[in-house]
Amino acid sequence: MLATEKMPGVAVRAGVQTLLQVDGVTLQYKTRDRLVTATYRVSFDVKEQDRFILLGPSGCGKSTLLKCVAGFLSPTEGTMTLDGRVIDRPGPDRMMVFQEFDQLMPWLTVLDNVMFAMRRSGRFPKNEIRDRARRATVKVGLERFQDVYPHMLSGGMKQRVAIARALAMEPRILLMDEPFAALDALTRRRMQEELLELWDDVRFTLMFVTHSIEEAIILGSRILVLTPHPGQVRAELDATAYSHEHQGDAEFMAFNRKINGMLFGMQETAHD
Amino acid sequence: MTDATVTQLRNRPRPDIEREPEDISRIGEISRPIGLWEGIFAITAVRRALVLVGLGIAWEVYARWVGNPLMFPSLSDTLSAWWADMSSGRLPGAAASSLRVLLIGYGTAIALSAVMTTLAVSTRVGTDLLATLTAMFNPLPAIAILPLALLWFGLGTSSIVFVIVHSVLWAVSLNTFTGFLSVSQTQRMAGRNYGLGGLRLVIFILIPAAFPSILAGLKIGWAFAWRTLIAAELVFGVSGNAAGLGWYIFEARNALETATVFAGLLTVILIGLAVEGIVFRSIEAATIRKWGMQNH
Ligand SMILES: Nc1ncnc2c1ncn2[C@@H]1O[C@H](COP(=O)(O)OP(=O)(O)O)[C@@H](O)[C@H]1O
Ligand SMILES: [Mg+2]
Repeated sequence: MLATEKMPGVAVRAGVQTLLQVDGVTLQYKTRDRLVTATYRVSFDVKEQDRFILLGPSGCGKSTLLKCVAGFLSPTEGTMTLDGRVIDRPGPDRMMVFQEFDQLMPWLTVLDNVMFAMRRSGRFPKNEIRDRARRATVKVGLERFQDVYPHMLSGGMKQRVAIARALAMEPRILLMDEPFAALDALTRRRMQEELLELWDDVRFTLMFVTHSIEEAIILGSRILVLTPHPGQVRAELDATAYSHEHQGDAEFMAFNRKINGMLFGMQETAHD
Repeated sequence: MTDATVTQLRNRPRPDIEREPEDISRIGEISRPIGLWEGIFAITAVRRALVLVGLGIAWEVYARWVGNPLMFPSLSDTLSAWWADMSSGRLPGAAASSLRVLLIGYGTAIALSAVMTTLAVSTRVGTDLLATLTAMFNPLPAIAILPLALLWFGLGTSSIVFVIVHSVLWAVSLNTFTGFLSVSQTQRMAGRNYGLGGLRLVIFILIPAAFPSILAGLKIGWAFAWRTLIAAELVFGVSGNAAGLGWYIFEARNALETATVFAGLLTVILIGLAVEGIVFRSIEAATIRKWGMQNH
């Protein structure tokens, strides 16, 4: 039954273009007294409109991988290409949403925060910026808070602004590093649903980092499971068939247990 | 009761309780403005003014009790001397002349500091240069280099400007640079994500993000500049064609007009308070407090 649900998706996806190609990427940090290998020879492809999840235990190099895609780090081995071009610097074609709430500029209002990126990158005609920013804030449900400063917003609202700011840039790929991890459980769940609705609406390509198996299954169309430190690819799984509605289902639980087994060996506790 | 029955009682499930919340509109007041007096005392300016009045009364009473206007004039003597020189235009002229020199020095120092800290955040050499220079010159009192300034620039405004620049530059640079370094990694990365780098990153991200530290540095710098200026004027008096507040105080002392000396000091204090209480406070209110980067 699972297979029949997935098959059409697979068939459609086969024709989709590869957007991001990660090929044998090893990432290392040089500190004063040691060389830390964060990931080892990681390879995967992200296709257009994927909701691609990097899943793995804390410290396995997920953030490091994402930062490399964003262009903040460069690989010691292997290559990363976006649309066939090697990634060598940060750029607005890859917009990042961070976990930390202080990613917003506290000196700018919500609307100005969204416009700031558009203005500075010079990618949009000047007379369109305000309208585009308005539309982006409306999309994330913040039309009433456009003129408010970030310190007056709740954590969830701040993350919505960050998402609006990133989406308004119309990036080739949206990068999110555990954006909901610092939120309470109820807000987190609502944000997950909203993100999926937004994806249904805009069909952006998403790369999403999480350490929660449940979040990975709910949000992802494809899940890259990484081993503990240093991160290596353990599996790349299709997860198109699961969403919030299926959370209690036997298949959902089975899938959860399967990933859990991959991550933690034989332990069979399927929790967040 | 035996232990067994107590345990049994404890383990008995307690009944669930569910309630309908009351209609909010019937509860009455949920928030209410605070009382008038409480409101007035919550205003900082009012409380400070009360302290000032108290100090003024203490001064007047003590001076009258001492009864030696040559050594310690009363508040009323000081105020009348102050008023006389204010209306004759002598004090305003001295104050204006001092402020002009001060602003030139302060402005020059800020411009230099902007260049130095920008270099320091963008290059390793800049960092080392700034660190070494501030470590060397920050502890050096401005007045100590006045003789050297006189030698280089002669008896005039440029000498005073030079020592003011020295007194402001290191304090402002140190604070600004520390502020730059403490800008969160996330905010920097967000900036770089939009393609900002180099000077544009400094202008659009680092300066606003470090603004609390920068403003603190500007305040300290202002206080340093003000003190240095008055001290320098006291040492060699007339700067160019116009005489400043320091010279005014010096002259009054030579003439043994102690009330006028006090009037000069009072003016120095008043200008200091005005800049702190009006200029810097409004900058704070319009920036870091509005942005939620300072909590009081
Ligand atoms: N700036 C850094 N310098 C040195 N080591 C780092 C740095 N950032 C992360 N690491 C190390 O790299 C590994 C991967 O980190 P990270 O990518 O943050 O993991 P994750 O996001 O999966 O929790 C960890 O072992 C961490 O200690
Ligand atoms: Mg991480």
